[in-house]
Amino acid sequence: MLTILFDGIAYGMLLFVLASGLSVTLGLMNFINLAHGAFAMVGGYVTALMMARLGAPFLLTLPVAFVVPAVLGVVLERTLYRKLYGASPLDQVLFTIGLVLMAMPIADFFLGNEARQVNLPAWLSGSLSLYGVGVSRYRLFIVAVCGVIAAALQLFLVRTRFGAQLRAAVDDARVANGLGIDVDRIFAVAFAVGSGLAGLGGALAADVVGGIDPSFPVKFLVTFLIVVTVGGSNGILGALFGALLLGILDVAGKYYVPSIGAFIIYAVMVLTLIVRPQGLFARGDR
Amino acid sequence: MSEADRTRRIEAHLSRRARWRWPEIVFWLALFAIIVLVPSRAALINEILVAGLFALSLDLILGLTGIVSLGQAAFLGVGAYAAAILASLDYADPTLGLAVGALVAAVVGFATAPLLLRGSDLTRLMVTLGVSLMLGELANRNAWLTGGADGLNFTMGKVLDLFPIGFTGQRNAALYSFGVLFVLFALARRLRQSPFGLALAAIRENRLRAGALGIATNWRIIAVYTVSAAYAGAAGALLAQTTQIVSLDLFDFHRSADVLLMLIIGGAGWLYGGIVGAAAFIVLRDVISAATPEYWEFWIGLLLVVLVMVGRERLQDLARRAVSRLAPKLARGGAA
Repeated sequence: MLTILFDGIAYGMLLFVLASGLSVTLGLMNFINLAHGAFAMVGGYVTALMMARLGAPFLLTLPVAFVVPAVLGVVLERTLYRKLYGASPLDQVLFTIGLVLMAMPIADFFLGNEARQVNLPAWLSGSLSLYGVGVSRYRLFIVAVCGVIAAALQLFLVRTRFGAQLRAAVDDARVANGLGIDVDRIFAVAFAVGSGLAGLGGALAADVVGGIDPSFPVKFLVTFLIVVTVGGSNGILGALFGALLLGILDVAGKYYVPSIGAFIIYAVMVLTLIVRPQGLFARGDR
Repeated sequence: MSEADRTRRIEAHLSRRARWRWPEIVFWLALFAIIVLVPSRAALINEILVAGLFALSLDLILGLTGIVSLGQAAFLGVGAYAAAILASLDYADPTLGLAVGALVAAVVGFATAPLLLRGSDLTRLMVTLGVSLMLGELANRNAWLTGGADGLNFTMGKVLDLFPIGFTGQRNAALYSFGVLFVLFALARRLRQSPFGLALAAIRENRLRAGALGIATNWRIIAVYTVSAAYAGAAGALLAQTTQIVSLDLFDFHRSADVLLMLIIGGAGWLYGGIVGAAAFIVLRDVISAATPEYWEFWIGLLLVVLVMVGRERLQDLARRAVSRLAPKLARGGAA
């Protein structure tokens, strides 16, 4: 029972790390960014390649796995994404599907289609015993890292001036502009943070999902989207709780009723959207 | 202008819109001629026709009504499995399978349509996607019915007890698909010009105002979603019958995404877009993947990005203007 709960929490945290970037671009900025997985893939590749080719230590690769997709995100945001902020959801979906379709063959072309593994350092592999429950060290590490990310993002978005400006810019870009907020710059930074988090998530998740390969952006696309839509489009905590809820339900469901498999998280999503179209943890109506 | 005069003018306009124009007739005759004249590519043509019907089903909700969906594959899969299961139970008549496939898909569509009435476009995208994934997982887990990952084994009877279809009768299969597509297209065309279709257009342009005009928007959306599901189910049944394969990937996300791309490439809202887009998409895939098998997706992706960046409306306007220069009559009514 306790094992299931912990596995569920660890899986939920993993979901959160993968989806936290999306909760910035989709959740906060209201951009239906189906290309999120492509940025995650870039981060995963950065970590895997740095470790394999340069022999860099795992922890050192993580900041790079954040920065590279973030820079890529800014470039794409400045050149392409920004033109679609006001566009219809359909256009955003088509555009980002197009990006994903381009990203996968590019990865395949340069890096081949076999999965790149991230080999964890010794101090992160294996498991240790906590109150008689066997817990994988890496899962603990993920839980800790996610906790830090969630707290930092929440503070960043709620307590800082930048966070307030971002929320104002999303609510009404024109008025925010009129108040002297540099909306362009705010969106570029927010998008970079979202893309960087995606990359970090890809790097952290690589080991658990069996390596990074060119089909990564599509394989986990649905998972990201479910976490963010269930969690609600309002800040990081919604995504965190949504991810935890889904993680626990999924693990418990697979354990107690294995015959229905992944059905349970899809059902949870659809039910959530019926009851609360804005997501479980959204704040009132918008 | 008197009231009767105005009514007469509107009636004349509507009946002019309803008339089949010569480019349309040429289009269908050419399609028929290609099937008869190029039997060696019958399998590819059949794929285009089935995909065209599938894209037409999406056009009914997206193009006519403005409801976005990422889960049209749900109905493709349901229709295909219904037809395949029926055939595996020795009811091998294709037309019966087609009807049952469409009917079962329509029932599922009717049952899930109320989910579309609330929330934003994002909600609808996610709900439709979620429904298709749920159905796929159900099919996966109920192997006693669907054969699970192994698929189903079945043989098809002859169409109308006359024409054998399947591997030995690829051209017959294509002709069968052509017949079904034409009949369903004509129905959809009629539907688009009916008062019901005009109500859908009103909902697409502004749902709030359409409601204020006294249109029962919720029921219209449920109705058109059900029809669209039936169309997709028919496409699924055709796919299962003509390829004699059903597999779980029918429910996959990429099916829903592909059909959306086809419709967008062909242009949504004028019904021919689905068929044109399916042809373009499949021929493009065939040509590009003959040159670079792994990388054809890249070019489709690039096409999409360019399409969105330049603006779909602007491109459609350009196309319409080009058409109106060539065939002014077509542009004034049908293609608009």
